[in-house]
Amino acid sequence: MNTKRIVFSGSGGQGVITAAIILAEAAVIYEGLNSLQTQSYGPEARGGATRADVIISDEPIHYPKVINPDILVCLTQEAYNKYSGIIRPGGLLLTDSHYIKQEWKIDARHVELGMYKAIMSKIGKPIVLNIYMLGTMLGLTGLVSAESSMRVLETKIPVDFLEINKRALEIGLQLADSHNQKHVSSYTQPEA
Amino acid sequence: MRANVRFMQGNEAIVEGALYAGLHFYAGYPITPSTEIAEILSERLPMIGGKFVQMEDEIASMCAIIGASLTGFKVMTATSGPGFSLMQEAIGYAIMTEVPSVVVNVQRGGPGTGLPTSVAQGDVMQARWGTHGDHSIIALTASNLQDAFYVTVDAFNLAETFRTPVILLFDEVLAHMREKIVIPQPGDIEVVERLRTSVPEGTNYHPYLVREDGRLPMSDFGGKHRYNVTGLVHDMWGFPSSDPKVAYDLIHHLVDKLEHRADVIARYKEHYTKDAEVLLISYGSSARSALQMVEDRRKRGGKVGLLELQSLWPFPGKTVRKKCVGRSHVLVVEMNMGQICQEVKKVVSEPEQVFLANRFDGVLISPTDILQQLNMIQGKGV
Repeated sequence: MNTKRIVFSGSGGQGVITAAIILAEAAVIYEGLNSLQTQSYGPEARGGATRADVIISDEPIHYPKVINPDILVCLTQEAYNKYSGIIRPGGLLLTDSHYIKQEWKIDARHVELGMYKAIMSKIGKPIVLNIYMLGTMLGLTGLVSAESSMRVLETKIPVDFLEINKRALEIGLQLADSHNQKHVSSYTQPEA
Repeated sequence: MRANVRFMQGNEAIVEGALYAGLHFYAGYPITPSTEIAEILSERLPMIGGKFVQMEDEIASMCAIIGASLTGFKVMTATSGPGFSLMQEAIGYAIMTEVPSVVVNVQRGGPGTGLPTSVAQGDVMQARWGTHGDHSIIALTASNLQDAFYVTVDAFNLAETFRTPVILLFDEVLAHMREKIVIPQPGDIEVVERLRTSVPEGTNYHPYLVREDGRLPMSDFGGKHRYNVTGLVHDMWGFPSSDPKVAYDLIHHLVDKLEHRADVIARYKEHYTKDAEVLLISYGSSARSALQMVEDRRKRGGKVGLLELQSLWPFPGKTVRKKCVGRSHVLVVEMNMGQICQEVKKVVSEPEQVFLANRFDGVLISPTDILQQLNMIQGKGV
């Protein structure tokens, strides 16, 4: 595979760093790839802008930050306003229609999904939005397999919350599937 | 897949290295970006019969590990810039009393409380000269998690070998990033154990009588022998002395035991240096950006190499001087205003060929930043 650079962005407490860790760990432990995850955040525990970067590659990774992501996920309007301009041309931008109003056109594929709406109607708890978003992103890109990310969830998530997180990942993958069936995309297949 | 392949955070890798080396006692006061070290050890140490103490501040933390080390255990504390400042007096005490100890400083932006969640490498000189008086110190660093594990084990080994505090000078990017690491099996890498005296109980033991090989065997405090430990200038019994000859010999011993072995303590890695016309010198997380820049340039035929320092103090001057010979330019890449750059200028024969590529605004220096600086000094414009 080529090196893939991913940025998850949102607000503190939304779990964007957790989602990034799960993705990166799945790549290293279960897919035998190299992966590196970093984050930047302010001193506050909740609120404030949060950003988590993941690089996945089959080659050694040196510079640990992402400057221009192939895949950008934004969970708040603030994150969208701040980061949508850095996306690599031809990349993928994933946003949630509940949180983000599209302000401008970007030189990338913009997938806008009702993730918050779906999570509230199917699970009823917004705390798993990050995992749902991860599932959707994996469904759209095939970066790591659903099984790998599921296995990481089992080791990372406290037992009491495991079931709803697993469900969130599953329905995220399903949402991406139904989107893929409507839109033929180069992102649906992982590269050889 | 091997079972010991792990995906973890830098702070966790430091903990794994410390436990591998035999850490038994930790006292500390949590501070960003080193907090996870205390957090993880508070869980792990009691599980193996060790002790974790959350202290009232960093002064007490350093004093507590000195006391625990004297009783025969391997000890560590971890902090960041503001806490490292508070520890300086007790670090001097550990140097004077020759107590093996490991101090982790995960650097963040300074001075003062600075930039708590941002990266910096501004404590290089503080690690060397933060405590008063003539002395020497060992400071190690690393740029990836595998090396962070190794240098942490190494820090404990050097602390035991030379009876000195060893500073582990990491930074926020390394401490908070996550990547793959392979944890070695017990026995895969050498662990130096405490050298204890063979003097039997009831016989006079001289705690500060240096052996022919320069080492001082220890006796667990509160155990077989009664002896004195003081931060004052002391004789071979450990009792205070103001005899100029005693003071002269002691200060010489404290400095020479490390400075005369700077070559043995020197740790570094070379990347593409053999035919390099331009040599980058870097350490810690900025060495990752430097290596990225070197590999990018190599793909375009540029003859650029990197000397990555893993020991900063004692400064590996002989190594640096040797590696800089014959280069058109030497570019020191660091995240401060030139603390190692000045050391490089001191040791090379052509200091006017040594330049600095740096950032000190809380942002990790990027390969582009380094390239722009190189283009500028080569007269190619930005």
